Amino acid sequence: MELLFSVLIAILTGTGIYLLLRARTFPVVMGVALISYAVNLFLLAMGRLRTGQPAIIGTGESYTDPLPQALVLTAIVIGFAMTAFVTVLALRARGELGNDHVDGFEERGREQERQQSASEEKPAEPGDDTQEPRP
Amino acid sequence: MMQHWSLFPVLLPLFTGAILIFMARADLNAQRWVSVISAVLGVPVAIVLLMQAQSGAIMAYAMGNWPAPFGIVLVIDRLSALLVTMTALLGLIALLYGIRGDDRFGRNYHALFHFLLLGVQGAFMTGDLFNMFVFFEVLLIASYALLMHGAGPERTRASFHYVILNVAGSAIFLIGIGTLYGMLGTLNLADLALRIIEIDPADAPIVRTAGLIMLMAFGLKAAMLPMYFWLPAAYSAASPSVAALFAIMTKVGLYAILRVHGLLFGDHAGVLAGSMQIWLWILSIGTLALAIIGLVAARTLKRAVSYLVVISVGTVLTTLAINDPNVLSGALYYLIHSTFVVAGLYLLADLIGAQRGTTRDYLTQAQPLVQPNTLGVLYFIGATAIIGLPPLSGFLSKVLIFRGTVTHPLAPLLWTLLLLAGLIALIALVRAGSTLFWRTNRQPPGRRKADPIKLGVTAFTLLLSPALAIFAEPVILFTESVALQQNAPWLYIQAVLSSETTSLITTGGGL
Repeated sequence: MELLFSVLIAILTGTGIYLLLRARTFPVVMGVALISYAVNLFLLAMGRLRTGQPAIIGTGESYTDPLPQALVLTAIVIGFAMTAFVTVLALRARGELGNDHVDGFEERGREQERQQSASEEKPAEPGDDTQEPRP
Repeated sequence: MMQHWSLFPVLLPLFTGAILIFMARADLNAQRWVSVISAVLGVPVAIVLLMQAQSGAIMAYAMGNWPAPFGIVLVIDRLSALLVTMTALLGLIALLYGIRGDDRFGRNYHALFHFLLLGVQGAFMTGDLFNMFVFFEVLLIASYALLMHGAGPERTRASFHYVILNVAGSAIFLIGIGTLYGMLGTLNLADLALRIIEIDPADAPIVRTAGLIMLMAFGLKAAMLPMYFWLPAAYSAASPSVAALFAIMTKVGLYAILRVHGLLFGDHAGVLAGSMQIWLWILSIGTLALAIIGLVAARTLKRAVSYLVVISVGTVLTTLAINDPNVLSGALYYLIHSTFVVAGLYLLADLIGAQRGTTRDYLTQAQPLVQPNTLGVLYFIGATAIIGLPPLSGFLSKVLIFRGTVTHPLAPLLWTLLLLAGLIALIALVRAGSTLFWRTNRQPPGRRKADPIKLGVTAFTLLLSPALAIFAEPVILFTESVALQQNAPWLYIQAVLSSETTSLITTGGGL
């Protein structure tokens, strides 16, 4: 179980960091959400992983540590609020700045190049969807 | 009454903020009255705590009367009391400036303002690591909204970076907290400090990792080297009253480093003693060096002030790395001085910008100012103070820091950088000042004079620097006593963990 759990956290964190480093706001928001899931699981694991144990001392032979569960609850609530805020902020940035780049503006040179190459390639290969420029 | 006094700096902004949320649609003047009265009350509340703490007693307030390692405690020692008082005073200053216009652009300015105060003061007082995280989140979410306040594309752009970085920083902080809990089985700072002494050497590397992870999280809040890039953009985009209040926010990070790493990884910490020092050295020196470069490159006055904030952070970090009570005393004096001077400079930058038409505070030629003499004198005072020229407080604090480091092996490097920072700040601010006040075109000056209350608040804030120099003796005596108390962490531990719970731990409680 420990191995499965740690691999899961690693995958979530890795995916989260990858998405966090993207240039568009939506993947970044998803990255933030995934990282907060990973952190919540990590906190839970810090109380040691036990199955089928009560979180109360004295009712059974052993018990599972209740404190990390309380911490995770708090962290989930806060993480949820933050994700909601970031989502609204991303929408507002899209509305106010007119694009969804994290810097608020496109890198001019590259963007124009891409648009140019897209417009040059499009009529030549109309049926080729592998060449489709990213939205 | 007096025994519950430690709770007031948290309760007062909490209730004020809650009331103000319900008043969001009420008349703005009514909101201003409630808000200002609460901020005014906050100052004596903090000063009473400061007086109590000055006697040397460390007050530990057990929330809900749960005994210390199991419940959450609020701890007021001299350092906490000093910072809480600074926050209350700075909050009042920023609010008085804010009610002259900054609060018109959104309904919840006042409520958010008090929630930010709640988060900052709570973070300064809590004795529990997870509770510190919660207060950090309270202050962060209030600061996100305040930063956005007044809108505009520039603010949206700066906020997005600020928010994403801080959300990631919170995740990092939680990982650090989780690791510490997993290794040591407690989150109470005093209890952590006790357990870390008896740690199994085999576990030490993991605990050190947790410490470094938390250093990263605090470093992000404090604007330390790899993570300060958000600060100039965010602070210079914020509305002036908010930027002035944010001057205390980097201090939250510095305080957290001093408190957590001082208690957990200080000289008494057995295997792990001083394991953060080398990192603090490298990062603080780097922060100073890059902030100097940024200062020269700044194109607006607000951005220049933002880099001055980063320089002050770097300076305090070097003194934390040295970890010597004499230096710490000077550093605390510097902390008080830099917080207020920088806040004053943000306000002044707004006053100057408002009189230069569309050029705002860009450092280029523009129409002449309406009140060049008044603003010029204030600018002169602020610049002299922050550069560290005699006779103001900046000079005094640098002398104190230098005097404390005479025997330190790395002193030449530190002195060179600090003096260089002073020189560069001198050049940058002289250049900025001569552009702002003298490089004028032939257009007639505008008509609108600065609002007298805004001007008065700015002048008061900047004049705190001469006041700090004149009343240097009592202030320095106090910061010395703070440093002595910081140097004796067992006092803190004893105050938090009463004798019976201490024996409980040693007879094998916990996991």
